[in-house]
Amino acid sequence: MSVNFDTPRGSLEAVRGVDIEIPAGMSVGVVGESGSGKTVMCRAAMGLLQGSTVNRTGTVIFDGHELTAMSKEQVRELFGSGMAMIFQDPLTALNPVRRIGAQVSEGLRIRLGMSKSDAMARSKELLELVRIPNAAAVLKSFPYQLSGGMRQRVMIAIAIACNPKLLFADEPTTALDVTVQAQILQLLRELREDLKMSMVLVTHDLGVVAGNTDYVAVMYAGEVVEYAPTKKLFADMRMPYTEALLDSIPRVDHKSGTRLSVIAGRLPDPTNRPAGCGFAPRCKYAQDKCTTDHPELKTDPDGHIYRCWFPIGEAL
Amino acid sequence: MAGSGTAHMRNTVDSVLTVRDLTVEFRVGKNKTVKAVSGLSLDVVKGETLAIVGESGCGKTTLARAILQLPPPNSGEVIFDGTDMTLLPKENLRSARTSMQMIFQDPISSLNPRMTVHQLIDEPLEIWDRGTRAERDERINKLLFSVGLEPDLVLNRRSYEFSGGQCQRISIARALALDPRMLICDEPVSALDVSIQAQILNLLLFMKETYGLTMLFISHDLAVVKAISTRVMVMYLGKICEVAPPDVLYSQPAHHYTRALLNSVPIPDPTKQIRTELLQGEPPSPMNPPSGCRFRTRCVGASALCAEQEPQLREVSPGQFVACHHPIV
Repeated sequence: MSVNFDTPRGSLEAVRGVDIEIPAGMSVGVVGESGSGKTVMCRAAMGLLQGSTVNRTGTVIFDGHELTAMSKEQVRELFGSGMAMIFQDPLTALNPVRRIGAQVSEGLRIRLGMSKSDAMARSKELLELVRIPNAAAVLKSFPYQLSGGMRQRVMIAIAIACNPKLLFADEPTTALDVTVQAQILQLLRELREDLKMSMVLVTHDLGVVAGNTDYVAVMYAGEVVEYAPTKKLFADMRMPYTEALLDSIPRVDHKSGTRLSVIAGRLPDPTNRPAGCGFAPRCKYAQDKCTTDHPELKTDPDGHIYRCWFPIGEAL
Repeated sequence: MAGSGTAHMRNTVDSVLTVRDLTVEFRVGKNKTVKAVSGLSLDVVKGETLAIVGESGCGKTTLARAILQLPPPNSGEVIFDGTDMTLLPKENLRSARTSMQMIFQDPISSLNPRMTVHQLIDEPLEIWDRGTRAERDERINKLLFSVGLEPDLVLNRRSYEFSGGQCQRISIARALALDPRMLICDEPVSALDVSIQAQILNLLLFMKETYGLTMLFISHDLAVVKAISTRVMVMYLGKICEVAPPDVLYSQPAHHYTRALLNSVPIPDPTKQIRTELLQGEPPSPMNPPSGCRFRTRCVGASALCAEQEPQLREVSPGQFVACHHPIV
């Protein structure tokens, strides 16, 4: 799948030729810096990007249905019961002038055809399921009356209301405190297990990925540059970008005062992608070939995928 | 914790900043006050980086602003370089602030979008009449160069033409323009991407060494704090839980809140995942904080004593101070 936006400065390649598979029941992390195309990829996969300036090419297949060949209305039918999404900022994602109860029960009534009272009763159960204390009172509250963590729990309750098979979680804990983040991540882990739900977890935090996913896709400049089972990726990185990203984060398990390695430079301009590897100008292993030829995806026999001419662990 | 006390104060002549019994309260509506900072004391010794960590709403930022008298605290002393800032008349306060500068969280909105980089950094120099035009220009070039920006390329551009990381570099250059003795950084890297965050943290470490700065570093990110600080203070609901050097605090936290915070930090290594009991719930309202220890409502080690009596800071190991009736040993 590729996504381009028409802009006054020319075509902006937000996502370039991404091939990714979400195995049933698994959790796949998507990591990368701001502007690497994580969010655009998820939204495009769900068909949420529309308008005359958006050009999406490629195919998206969900549970045997080819979404890219379906009409908008048909795709919409899958929202809620097939796939659902939770967003980074729960305050802007919730409607500020409707009560929580109305927002949680909406999907139940539309997708599952429940009556108003049944939907309300089920909404209360859902709020209890996401561990909101005093659910009956929260049903009657407005979003501004809740804390950030509670709002994100409400978002999760809405998302899981119709038992979706796949949940897109786009930076679900970035706006939250660490203690609340840990609670929300634990909740997502448990719900995923109970509901046998697959999840795409978009985040910029390698720590969140390490403890909450089965597979990881690392994105850089609109492309997936590495994809592997999470344990394998952390144990045996092939892509220099992934290594540089991991080395640049401060960690609580390192000694204090440790100097961080720095990735020099910045992401390439998305309206003017370089001919070679997008990371070449910032890569400490880069050779001449990297600046002229765009690397192909390579797959190791064990399924570890990466996009690099000179991957880590291979002699030059 | 969340107790009071002054056991952690070092009272040395090297103290650049000493805060005693600082209280900041905001009135919200009739007969209601938010107790943002309650009777808090701290000192910062020359060349030290004191980091203040805690969840949102614990009073970190309010504390920093109260130190700068923005707005002045309700009570307490803020002694900077031998003078009590809370007693200074307005004009003297302005000149005192020149040696205590602040860097803010959002680098883009903290710079005036209508001013060029040259004007932004020149402004403090001009107001305080530091040198001739030529001397000031030389100083500006030197500052920009030292924060890793090419003066010729950036001088005539405005903040919106730069990325977040570059704007934070400009903010740092501007804060250092008047040769401050102390730099207060309020979440300086929270809005930045990880790769940029590393650049800015290294820059701050470098600037601190070069200019011999003393820093107060506020952050909610425990990993960032560990990388940059020489002393860490954990805050909860306007009070201190624990003060210790980072390596001690992270390896053997004595306060239940510190341990809970550390356990919730995600570690980027799938083989090192700890799944302990998480801290439940959220901090209570600062309008009506719990009696005794303010953390007791979420604490696994709380007893009846914690509700009755507020714990005082005491030393549990060299340099490690904790305000808890039942510290972890």
